[in-house]
Amino acid sequence: MTPRPSLRALFSAFFAIALSGFGGTLPFARRTLVDRLGWLTPEDFTETLSLCQSLPGPNIVNMSIVVGSRAQGWRGSVAAASGLIGTPVIIVIILGALYSRFEPLLKTRPWIAAPFILLAFVAVALLRLPLPYVLLVLAPISIVLAWRWHRRA
Amino acid sequence: MKSDNVLETLAVQFATLSLVAFGGANVVIPEIHRQAVDVHHWMTNQDFAALFAIAQAAPGPNFLVTTLVGWKAAGLAGALVATGGMCLPSCVLTYWVAKAWDRYHQAGWRIAIGAGLAPVTVGFVFSSAFVLIRAADNSWKLFVVSAVSAAVAFFTKLNPLWCLAAAAVLGLAGLYR
Repeated sequence: MTPRPSLRALFSAFFAIALSGFGGTLPFARRTLVDRLGWLTPEDFTETLSLCQSLPGPNIVNMSIVVGSRAQGWRGSVAAASGLIGTPVIIVIILGALYSRFEPLLKTRPWIAAPFILLAFVAVALLRLPLPYVLLVLAPISIVLAWRWHRRA
Repeated sequence: MKSDNVLETLAVQFATLSLVAFGGANVVIPEIHRQAVDVHHWMTNQDFAALFAIAQAAPGPNFLVTTLVGWKAAGLAGALVATGGMCLPSCVLTYWVAKAWDRYHQAGWRIAIGAGLAPVTVGFVFSSAFVLIRAADNSWKLFVVSAVSAAVAFFTKLNPLWCLAAAAVLGLAGLYR
């Protein structure tokens, strides 16, 4: 690896990969690490991916470990992996909790979730607003509305 | 204490799966399903399907279904234990193997292994794309969507999120019905 990204850069790169990784992270990893940041050449990327696929465990997590360690040793691995895993873990737990709370409602009126999904997607993915703010604004509105619908239903 | 037992079970189970998940976490999803639904009765089949769908739909690595399985089995502590169990062992192994791998990066055997593995890796990526296309594209319209997305990804530097957004809009507009 030619440049030696800082711990903060490693964290944010893998954070960005994780948060745009709808349906799988591999294409976003390549876009980010090869095309956007230039940390890896296309050949490096394939070679690193080979190594990561040959080892057990989630491939993209392995990749964060390898890229992080090449840049900054074990600290780099920790920074990259926590950028990758930390926030998505919180997001899925929140989604899981909301789902089990409002499952009956979603079964009868699945479309009420659509505007929120769309708003969240536009705000985070396309307008690139910071995720915590989006969550702070959208989540309470969504929960209150869902609560009211729930009582009426 | 029942919950201590559950945490212990989660830790042991996911740490073991972490070290046998060659090729990625998807390989061990059937085993996670078997353990969570049939062996430990933490959830029903439908629960598992819903959690799997949430993990797929949410941003982030898809292995996060393990977080949700842990959460369903033993709450927040369960979620953290399951996630840690799934990641830590393979991360530590990867860290040391990658160090050794990089140390010998001039060695002939190392270059040969690297060069030999690369096409296999590309083949794996192709085959998972093939499997997904066969499962998802049950009409020619969907196949066109896949083909156009692939072409956009190949020929442009556009963020893949645009493809996802466009496809979602087409879906909402009723194209796939």
